Amino acid sequence: MKTIILRTASDFLLPVLLLFSLFILLRGHYLPGGGFIGGLVAAIAFVLDAFANGLKNAKSLLKIHPGFLMPVGLSLAFLSAISPLFFDLPIMTGLWASEPIPVIGNLGSALIFDTGVYLVVIGAALTIIFTISETA
Amino acid sequence: MSNLIILCPLLIHLLFSILLMFAWRSLKWQKSLTIIGNSFALVASIWVFIFIYENGTQTVQSGNWEAPFGITFVADMLAATLVLLTCISGFAVAIFSVVSVIKARLKFGYFSVFHFLLMGLTGAFLTGDIFNLYVWFEIIIISSFVLISLGGERNQLEGAVKYFTLNILASMIFLTALGVLYGLTGTLNMADLSQKIVLLENQALVEICAVLFLVGFGIKSAVFPLYFWLPASYHTPPSAVSAIFAGLLTKVGVYALIRVFTLIFVGDLFLETLLISIAILSIFSGGIGALIQNNIRKVFSYLIICHIGFMIGGLGLFTSVAIAGTIFYLIHDIIVKTNLFLISGLIYRLRSTSSLKKLGGLYSEYPKISLLLAIPLFSLVGIPPLSGFWPKISLLLAGFERENYWFVGAVIFGSLITLVIIAKVWSEAFWKNPQPVKKWKNFVDFCELKHIQKAQLIFPIAFLSVVSLYIGFGAEHIQQLSERIAMELMDNQQYIDAVFKTRANAR
Repeated sequence: MKTIILRTASDFLLPVLLLFSLFILLRGHYLPGGGFIGGLVAAIAFVLDAFANGLKNAKSLLKIHPGFLMPVGLSLAFLSAISPLFFDLPIMTGLWASEPIPVIGNLGSALIFDTGVYLVVIGAALTIIFTISETA
Repeated sequence: MSNLIILCPLLIHLLFSILLMFAWRSLKWQKSLTIIGNSFALVASIWVFIFIYENGTQTVQSGNWEAPFGITFVADMLAATLVLLTCISGFAVAIFSVVSVIKARLKFGYFSVFHFLLMGLTGAFLTGDIFNLYVWFEIIIISSFVLISLGGERNQLEGAVKYFTLNILASMIFLTALGVLYGLTGTLNMADLSQKIVLLENQALVEICAVLFLVGFGIKSAVFPLYFWLPASYHTPPSAVSAIFAGLLTKVGVYALIRVFTLIFVGDLFLETLLISIAILSIFSGGIGALIQNNIRKVFSYLIICHIGFMIGGLGLFTSVAIAGTIFYLIHDIIVKTNLFLISGLIYRLRSTSSLKKLGGLYSEYPKISLLLAIPLFSLVGIPPLSGFWPKISLLLAGFERENYWFVGAVIFGSLITLVIIAKVWSEAFWKNPQPVKKWKNFVDFCELKHIQKAQLIFPIAFLSVVSLYIGFGAEHIQQLSERIAMELMDNQQYIDAVFKTRANAR
């Protein structure tokens, strides 16, 4: 599917989709959104690029093997889950910063957990799709 | 907050599965990491067990949300014991798989998924929230799908499809039952459910819901009419995988049945009759199925079904003696069944076949190994004073007490037929003259292995056999433990108090 329209569109869509996925990720705590959907949108950005410019290009854009994102994301989630233990609170208790940060809002360990989910979803989705399109 | 340690084994398994994913490229690292991780988990679970034994039931409200709203983790004596047994089996199987599972399988993240499976099991035992139990079941079956289909041989995939279909079906039935239960009571916390369900007017719907749970968990624990997936799939993956499946996956179904029918749906006469009839039929069909099989791993698969019947029957009798028998049998069965499949793997390594017709002569060729293998085999039969003997006393006693002679007959039949089967396995595999076997192209014979590799095959079996021997000779301790668990289960007020007490303290 190497049409010029798709290729040109994907060049513009890739950064927009990635930004949008970050927006969804940050929005997620009280409003619809979050790590899972954000991760899927980010994965779609790369899949679109793979459709338009070929698998090789998408892989070189990503620099690392997508499978590597899974353990990174999992360890982020793991760390945020166990961090309350150091404050003598039960596991997975949300820790919140006292002062909200402008634009982003109030920061908490839930965001780190969600970022972990975001990375795992990108990693898993891209690994699956790249493997399938490699063998197909 | 010292009670937080109850989650230690779970977190260690999660941590190590993440670390193993980082070590994706190096098998050598993965092998060492998995052994270290399982040793840590074993130590942690022993610690948890001792802690619970001394201090009684402990709870953790995850996320610091109070009991009926958040997810509660409850470690009572039953959960702590099962976590300990999970870690013991996991430890043995991890060492066994280092040598016995081929490289092509290990390369695709075998150990990482293995740790996820163990994490799912510990989570399922520890959770006090029934929806969370469903989530852990999902983790367990997803990782078991990966383990059962890794390698992608033809018959393996065929087994995996059967396993997959029926387990997904079971999960769906479980989820439906959950939906009905939530609609009725508006809560998912098991302790809270236990209090609310007796107040409901519509007890007929509660009963239907209970039957749905029975069907869902029944498929998972492979009881009588719903067991066909088990013998069709358990002999296909590598024996290390089937060992962990045989030891723990069906038992997690039994655990769920025990938990649900002692805490939520209590004292329903219809259900008790149903459970006992299912148990009797499972013992018969499993035993007779095992008798006619020729593949050693299929024989053991049918024996799983046969012995699940003992546990379900004990639950059905529902006296504290019977429950104690069930718990003792559960403890004995997890260790022995894991060991049996490890043995089948070792026999395959020695002879490159699993067919009883072609096996033979093991005793004359490997007398020491044969003597070692005799321990778990005869523990399974329950020749006194080995471990299978003691729980049957409690079960028979309870059967006589409730004057349920059908069940008494079934237990005796089950024991006898197990004896016949093990005698058959012993004479065919160990005494008879072997038939020539065509070996696979790159099959590594046991004699060609290095010393350390031989040790890695023998040590797990020896380790589990020692545990079995302890269960047999230290039966007094295990009996006391089982009676204590049975008492806790029969008097579920103590469980409910433990869940809600922390709320009172937190305020």
